[in-house]
Amino acid sequence: MSFEFAARLVDRRLDVQFSVPDGETVALLGENGAGKSTVLAIAAGHLVPDTGQVSLDGRVLLRVGGGNRVDLPPHDREIALLSQDPLLFPHLSVRDNVAFGPRSRGRSRRASLTEADRWLDEVGAVEFSARKPSALSGGEAQRVAVARAMAADPRLLLLDEPMAAVDVSVAPVLRQALRRVLAGRTAVLVTHDPLDALLLADRVVVLDHGQVVEEGPTREVLARPRSAFAADLAGLNLLNGTWSGEHLRLADGTTVTGLVTGPSPESGGQAVATFRPGSVAVYRDAPAGSPRNSFTTRITALDPLGDLIRVRSKHLSAHITTQAAADLDLVPGIEVSFSVKATEVSVYRL
Amino acid sequence: MTHQRAAAIPRWIYLPAALGATFVLLPLIAISTKVDWPHFAALISSDSSRAALVLSLKTSGASTALCVLLGVPMATVLARTSFPGQGLLRSLVLLPLVLPPVVGGLALLYTFGRNGLLGHTLAVLGIRIAFSTIAVIMAQTFVALPFLVLSLEGALRTGGQRYEVVAASLGAKPTTVFRRITLPLVMPGLLAGAVLSFARALGEFGATITFAGSLQGVTRTLPLEIYLQREGDPDAAVALALVLVVVAVLIIAIARPERAGR
Repeated sequence: MSFEFAARLVDRRLDVQFSVPDGETVALLGENGAGKSTVLAIAAGHLVPDTGQVSLDGRVLLRVGGGNRVDLPPHDREIALLSQDPLLFPHLSVRDNVAFGPRSRGRSRRASLTEADRWLDEVGAVEFSARKPSALSGGEAQRVAVARAMAADPRLLLLDEPMAAVDVSVAPVLRQALRRVLAGRTAVLVTHDPLDALLLADRVVVLDHGQVVEEGPTREVLARPRSAFAADLAGLNLLNGTWSGEHLRLADGTTVTGLVTGPSPESGGQAVATFRPGSVAVYRDAPAGSPRNSFTTRITALDPLGDLIRVRSKHLSAHITTQAAADLDLVPGIEVSFSVKATEVSVYRL
Repeated sequence: MTHQRAAAIPRWIYLPAALGATFVLLPLIAISTKVDWPHFAALISSDSSRAALVLSLKTSGASTALCVLLGVPMATVLARTSFPGQGLLRSLVLLPLVLPPVVGGLALLYTFGRNGLLGHTLAVLGIRIAFSTIAVIMAQTFVALPFLVLSLEGALRTGGQRYEVVAASLGAKPTTVFRRITLPLVMPGLLAGAVLSFARALGEFGATITFAGSLQGVTRTLPLEIYLQREGDPDAAVALALVLVVVAVLIIAIARPERAGR
């Protein structure tokens, strides 16, 4: 049982096929105009493709071209949509907003309100229960919108850039709420932020110009992108390890120091460190006595990237100027030291 | 304390503006100076006046209800769907807005009157509409309906469909969405439209006298009574006119656009 999606839309040059296994979250990653929102619109029933088939848990929601035509209306698809704008119903209280889904599916008023309270508690928004949406901040409203979508008990949750309109300072709280509710749920998350994909999704599907250019387990795709496009888009260095309480200890014993973002990892628990290739400096010899993190590694490739050169090793990449690469006389195969300031490294609990 | 200066308008423009305002307000002042205040209560509570006032309020209330029942679905179809000929249909539906009411009354007469399009069918069924209180309500509804459709369609379009889309994704069927989301969100526009329709119905004269006639207690509404008393009992006409002015002012106070807006 899972979500199967296949659709072609000629005038938007879209030809996309992917599936979401039961209970997993798939991130659709891509730049603006890559076709992510079109995919969501087709799945939710707001747009009919030229040809395609969409099914959820074995039930055909849409079939155009080939076989009996099926096009279930949005309210009959059991797919809830969460967009970047919370769109809470302004005339209803927070609690009634969340109770709207169960109520619409024929549950009693009392049962719907109980369900609403449960989900408001789950996203940490019980205290807003009696308020009108106009009295909430953007981040609070979005958490309520998450609760509202979940209370409708959808078989599939579509999330369209849920963090995009939220203040940076409250994004971690919202991300945490999403992580809790997405666990064990079948969901599709549209985003252009690789970090959201890393923290929320089991698998990644990378879209470019209406085509799937790469797909696979999130960490694999983000850490070792096979397509250049995915590399440019993701472009994050990711290091997995265990949290010692102060450092991240990698499998080879190297320690990484960074800033903990969001909830603190448990000591001995799994964590991941991320940093941008642009914040990495490359040396022939490890600088002595520096407070920086440094990784001794072997260069596997040098790719031009506009005015920059991308220096790649097995697990990491660095963006440096062409001049610097020439000065250091870098060639594939030599051993160098990648160095990055602790303040440029973000550590997340996994 | 700072005062923000608005963009300047030409100074001379105040003159025609004041002239226009005077033109509208002066007659209202004039009519209130003509009122026979000592006998005001007696004048507006004579049998014929009371009958006309009660009939007016009843029929206007009924036609406003009818406008809501018919106008809400019409506005929804016009605002939320698209089909060939929709633009033409909208123009035709709004025709009573620009049609002289007498013409509207004639049109109704030739539809529902004894010799009208549906008159024979109705007569066979034993229904006689023309020159009855029902005819008054129909005439008022005919002229007032476009006001409700127009203001509600505007509110529906301004509101957009984003909330409806979300509601459907939460599993709400179209009827549930309409009842719990669409209608509550356009309620201010609906109220404004209903108040305007009521006002238009209350002032209806031409279509009513053509289609329903002027039978005391049956079809003679307040405007008809005022017109009739104008020669026989000018004092009563003036007193009743003032009543209508007061009602109109109250209606404007309720339905001011800035209140109707969100």
